[in-house]
Amino acid sequence: MDFSAFILQQMVNALFLGSIYALIALGYTMVYGIIELINFAHGELFTAGAFIGVIVLSGLQQIGWVETHFVLTLFIVFGLAMAYVAVLGVALEHVAYRPLRNASRLSALLSALGMSIFLSNGMMLSQGVSDRAYPQVFGLESIDFFGAMISHSQVFIILLAFVLMVGLQFFVHRTRLGKAMRATAQNRTIARMLGINIDQTIRITFMIGPALGAAAGVMVGLYYGAVRFDMGFIFMIKAFAAAILGGIGSIPGAVLGGLIIGGIEVAWAAFLPSAWKDVTTFTVLILVLYLKPSGLLGESEADLRV
Amino acid sequence: MLGQEIKKLVIYTIFLAIIILPMLGFTGGAEFQAERAFLVFGIGVALLVLNLIVKVIRSHRPPPDHDKPSLPERIGDRLHRIPKIFTLGPLLLAAGTFPLVANNYMIDVGITCLIYVCLGLGLNIVVGLCGLLDLGYIAFYAVGAYSYSLLNLTYGFSFWAALPIGVVLGMICGCIIGYPTLKMRGDYLAIVTLGFGEIIRLVLNNWDDLTAGPNGLFGMKRPPLYYPTIEDGGLDMVTYYLTSLPGLFYFILVIAILIIIGVNRLDKSRIGRAWIAIREDEVAAELSGVPTTWLKLLAYAMGAGFASVAGAFFAAKLSYVNPNFFLFMESCIVLSIVVLGGIGSIPGIIIAGFILIAVPEVFRELEAFRMLAFGAIMTTMMIIRPEGLIPASRKKREFHRQRDEAERGPQ
Amino acid sequence: MNQDYGDNILTLEDVHTYYENIHALKGITCTVPKGSIVCLIGANGAGKTTTLLTISGVERARRGRILFEGQNIETLPPEKIAALGIAQSPEGRQIFSRMSVMENLEMGAYLRKDKEGIQQDMEWVFSLFPVLKDRYRQKGGTLSGGEQQMLAIGRALMQQPKLLLLDEPSLGLAPKIIERIFETIQEINKNGMTIFLVEQNAHMALTTSDIGYVMETGRIVLEDDASALLENKEVQKAYLGE
Ligand SMILES: Nc1ncnc2c1ncn2[C@@H]1O[C@H](COP(=O)(O)OP(=O)(O)O)[C@@H](O)[C@H]1O
Ligand SMILES: [Mg+2]
Repeated sequence: MDFSAFILQQMVNALFLGSIYALIALGYTMVYGIIELINFAHGELFTAGAFIGVIVLSGLQQIGWVETHFVLTLFIVFGLAMAYVAVLGVALEHVAYRPLRNASRLSALLSALGMSIFLSNGMMLSQGVSDRAYPQVFGLESIDFFGAMISHSQVFIILLAFVLMVGLQFFVHRTRLGKAMRATAQNRTIARMLGINIDQTIRITFMIGPALGAAAGVMVGLYYGAVRFDMGFIFMIKAFAAAILGGIGSIPGAVLGGLIIGGIEVAWAAFLPSAWKDVTTFTVLILVLYLKPSGLLGESEADLRV
Repeated sequence: MLGQEIKKLVIYTIFLAIIILPMLGFTGGAEFQAERAFLVFGIGVALLVLNLIVKVIRSHRPPPDHDKPSLPERIGDRLHRIPKIFTLGPLLLAAGTFPLVANNYMIDVGITCLIYVCLGLGLNIVVGLCGLLDLGYIAFYAVGAYSYSLLNLTYGFSFWAALPIGVVLGMICGCIIGYPTLKMRGDYLAIVTLGFGEIIRLVLNNWDDLTAGPNGLFGMKRPPLYYPTIEDGGLDMVTYYLTSLPGLFYFILVIAILIIIGVNRLDKSRIGRAWIAIREDEVAAELSGVPTTWLKLLAYAMGAGFASVAGAFFAAKLSYVNPNFFLFMESCIVLSIVVLGGIGSIPGIIIAGFILIAVPEVFRELEAFRMLAFGAIMTTMMIIRPEGLIPASRKKREFHRQRDEAERGPQ
Repeated sequence: MNQDYGDNILTLEDVHTYYENIHALKGITCTVPKGSIVCLIGANGAGKTTTLLTISGVERARRGRILFEGQNIETLPPEKIAALGIAQSPEGRQIFSRMSVMENLEMGAYLRKDKEGIQQDMEWVFSLFPVLKDRYRQKGGTLSGGEQQMLAIGRALMQQPKLLLLDEPSLGLAPKIIERIFETIQEINKNGMTIFLVEQNAHMALTTSDIGYVMETGRIVLEDDASALLENKEVQKAYLGE
């Protein structure tokens, strides 16, 4: 492989990884935008999505649908994983966040942290401590893209991530409910005065954000071939770095941040000792928070919302 | 009203079914493990029904008197009011005689409890007094542990010589973490401290030449004591290494008592009051002339220093450290202690430390559920008793304070 | 003015509101006749904004009753009160700064389903405030202070309310714009909308209104026809700077 093909390969890898981070980061950004809370349990929602994905996929594989109805299978796997996590997200909001909506920020953060610990250990107890293997449904063939080899799963994942992000952008900017969500994020009191049921808009945020995280979870499972109860942690940190980098509360920012973090990680792993790549992500996160806490696309400290 | 509650119950039950059944039913193979899934689901539904019954009974009784303090509050107040001699005396006696009556295993658990109490008290300075959420606190514990280990193994420093260096290093790390976060809002701070904690662990894990990576370091000397003897007509110092568990227990007990005294002093000092002022309202504190920058750094440094002491002791006691002792979960455990005990309450933290560390040790079968319970407790506490089991008397109010909508700022 | 108002659209009876333990409203009693412009004047901190927020349900009355068209609303949440037909243009131009002018106005019509009516009202708002039409794609946050105030009023109008609550529409604006805004208020009223106006600019408010209430530290201390209040010596001394 010549050098330009190598670079192209790395760019594709970065796009792939970045899309996944972006999907997770969207969940953070949306929730933060609307209730100003870091949803610490978001990483666990992502993992839950991956688990439901493997459960459904294994089931469908047993009845042979992977061979006979490949597209439908993928559709069902993603659909059920996202739906499950949407339900989980709504429950989480109702149980752990709603009672604290007017409490001090410290209380809300600790509640979120508690749920994160609870869910991750709940999954450990129910799904075990070791890796759970994902059925390999994509095979090993790759597409030759100007010398870079892109696997089918990568193509599929990048496309799906793109579709989900465009869909989200459409929902938020073009639909009545999406606009109500943005209004709630920008000024809750005024939104209520206009007749918007903010309980409803917050609930919907807690369906969409986690569902996108779940999709990312299934993608990670499909690509890396395994899930584990604690894999949410590292993805959470990276996606959070992405959300902050892009400007928390900003949807385009989350996507941009995800791609940048993915790019940094891939570049680091390609040229430098990969054991240190996570240190880089943390360092980037801290530097951004220190130097420009409003992020790249966040407008200003006081105005950090969707 | 009952109709509405029953409707809620039905909805909650459906949610529970959706959430629990697939996750607990389908593990490993594709076979549905009905027994386990329905057992947990059944417990969940039972709890919901119980909750409903309690609610219905409550609604038939007159509303509770809000001015009357609740039972734990009264216990807390009592505890604060009883003259210290009556509580501390027996407590010290019990602690002092504990190694004489307990077996080695129990003493070991006791040592672990005391280490966590020290950590909890240190973190309490940062979270409880100053109101800064630190999710990477265990890193300072690691700094203390590795400082002693490296100084002892490489240069042969004794525990006492290494301890101040470790504490200073810990405090420096505290300031390094604290400095960039000074102007940050609470939730960013949480993430940054988490990130720093992970960086330190990853450095320990990856820097093979210095730290031996994941294998860890071993062979450190135990903490020594020196006493004079007269031999051959001259005065001489004898070195005695604390190798027995009771010896180590007394050692950490003394450290814990010193930390308790120190934190108690701090709490009542001008610095402590300034920290609380920062926690309540940073802007107001700054306007009234409190040097918030310095005090926040000081809080980090002090908290880190205490953790460092605990870490050095931990390494010396075990003669072994590796990076996996310092996972994020450990930070969460220490935080749970602070939260459960009552943020800012010293007796609460001591009690919570013993409950959270000793109870799971004693009921070994429940070990697996320990973190699950910690998580649930943390959330539940925030919702029903944010001030903790034994609230620090003056801090009750502000956790119940309504966050002002105006805080969101003009749009 | 001086028309027959018919029934009272809004009645407050002995309303008490607290912020934690600060007793902000100490028994407000007042009425707003249908079709009128009523103003509430008073110094800074008197409790005017609190009165409006309590009517809208954002703050809760701890005691007392609030009747809107004969229905008790003091326990309803803000979104339900909005649905009944009360709109508020809040103090300090609280618009959605990251939404366009157009979107801000659309949010005003959130509860409405009549597409054509919405379109018509949008045109109407644009005719009242032509400058908004020129900037309909601009983000709310980039408008000038006066334009933001117009947008806040326009957004409330898009709710097609029966009762419009205006909190200090003149705050921080140039005299020319203030005049323009008060003219518009009268124009809106002529279209049949009842208006409850809160102002520190007592002169403008009283000349525009039919009825006036004067508020001091959480209590209503005077009430009369607006024209009578304009002549009142105490009012002149305290609020009109004469
Ligand atoms: N969010 C709040 N928290 C506590 N006190 C408040 C709050 N808002 C207003 N107040 C107090 O209530 C009183 C009335 O305020 P407000 O209704 O805003 O007065 P006005 O609109 O007449 O200037 C004032 O004393 C003010 O300090
Ligand atoms: Mg006001």
